[in-house]
Amino acid sequence: MQTLTNRSKMVSDKKMTFMEWIYLPAIFKGMSITIRHFFGKKATINYPEQKREFSKVYRGQHVLKRDDQGRERCTACGLCAVACPAEAITMRAAERKPGEENLYREEKYAAVYEINMLRCIFCGDCEDACPKEAIFLTDRIVASQYERKPFVYGKDILVEPLDLNLRIDISARQTEAVHQFKLVKRYAHNK
Amino acid sequence: MPLLKVTIDNIEVEVEAGTTIMNAARKIGGHVVPPAMCYYSKLEGSGGKCRTCLVKVSQGSAKDPRPMPKLVASCRTMVQDGMVVQNTTSPEAMESRRAITEFLLVNHPLDCPVCDQAGECHLQDLSYVHGIQETRTVEERRTFKPIDIGDKIKLNMNRCILCYRCVMVGDQITDKRVHGVLGRGDHSEISTHILNAVDNDFSGNMIDVCPVGALTDNTFRFKSRVWFTKPFDAHRECSKCSGKVALWMKGEEILRVTGRKDKYGEVEEFICNDCRFDRKELKDWVVEGPRTIERHSVISQNHYETSPGKSVRVSK
Repeated sequence: MQTLTNRSKMVSDKKMTFMEWIYLPAIFKGMSITIRHFFGKKATINYPEQKREFSKVYRGQHVLKRDDQGRERCTACGLCAVACPAEAITMRAAERKPGEENLYREEKYAAVYEINMLRCIFCGDCEDACPKEAIFLTDRIVASQYERKPFVYGKDILVEPLDLNLRIDISARQTEAVHQFKLVKRYAHNK
Repeated sequence: MPLLKVTIDNIEVEVEAGTTIMNAARKIGGHVVPPAMCYYSKLEGSGGKCRTCLVKVSQGSAKDPRPMPKLVASCRTMVQDGMVVQNTTSPEAMESRRAITEFLLVNHPLDCPVCDQAGECHLQDLSYVHGIQETRTVEERRTFKPIDIGDKIKLNMNRCILCYRCVMVGDQITDKRVHGVLGRGDHSEISTHILNAVDNDFSGNMIDVCPVGALTDNTFRFKSRVWFTKPFDAHRECSKCSGKVALWMKGEEILRVTGRKDKYGEVEEFICNDCRFDRKELKDWVVEGPRTIERHSVISQNHYETSPGKSVRVSK
């Protein structure tokens, strides 16, 4: 049979030589490789004491942004859910009541917004699809859990805090063209 | 009566006298059909208002081969023998369609993420094909507060393009029209004189004929985006209408009931308000099967099944 690679070795049951029979040279050879790695550069770091430097546009846990006045930007349009290749996002919309104008930006808002982090592949398509600049991926890592259920993140985890100091900065993820666009106040989008 | 020969975008078709260019194009089908925002074949006298269906007539007829001096509205112009029409092959017609789209969008709020019509909106389709990317106007758009006309219909006047289709539904399908267009020119608006006045049995058809999201179903308001629901054909015994409807379902829940729309977005049969608003239980209906959706429509997104799933019980 023709082999696919040249790395396969034929097995034989020929009698071992004396040097092979005492095994020691092979053991020393193997140990020398192991010990050499003790002094080389380490491949791992001591997480969480040490952390690796992330790319500016690392795609980690999502955030649902609020606008300058603290209103939720998400209007439950469903474009993130339809763009999601893993179908990780589900939502349910509700109508804003009079008096809730300081909570929600548009007359419709997401009453329930869930991302299944086990399904999510962190491709960032939701961010691209969002017409309201509501959802962004951040450089935060999704925490590990013992069970599956806590991986379904609801609005309590996804929406950023109201406190201005605790807001999550995503400006590094926006291109220069977006920053320029946002300066033009005559677009209803930027008011 | 001899048939008249018309050529639309180099495709020849024979139609009866008295046919409009639009209907001749629909006989051919496909991309030669001009888009229509106001023309509705089921409503008498509709058309001629939105100007999106403008086409170029490069040869008036066999007897008089001169071209028509201006672009003509294909929904209102009758064909003549030997007429040569250019729709997509005429750069002039395409340029005018781009301009018309821009005009239709002058006062349109572009709140598609909020609007319930998104996904089946004709204005969305039109601007997707013919619109330009940016807004060139700086003027304030005119704004109205959304109001309830009747307890089941929401009127969002911001989105209205004044196609008059709903007015014609009031005139022709219901026995008494109580809403209409108030004001003139730039100030025109659809409204009722007395709020909450639209309660005729067939008034719900206004929602179906509205090409944009100006008239929407209050019982479906913000329930789900259109593309997360699956449409099924269904029927029931109804004393007022044919009872043939499309159910828009999510799981076993009926979120919305509409008429069955054909590929031009026109309902096959008008349905009554009882079927539309008050029959949201699966046991009320005999489900015939899933509706076929165009593959490129956003409504076909995320629908893996083409037949009713196990979760849908087809009642006998």
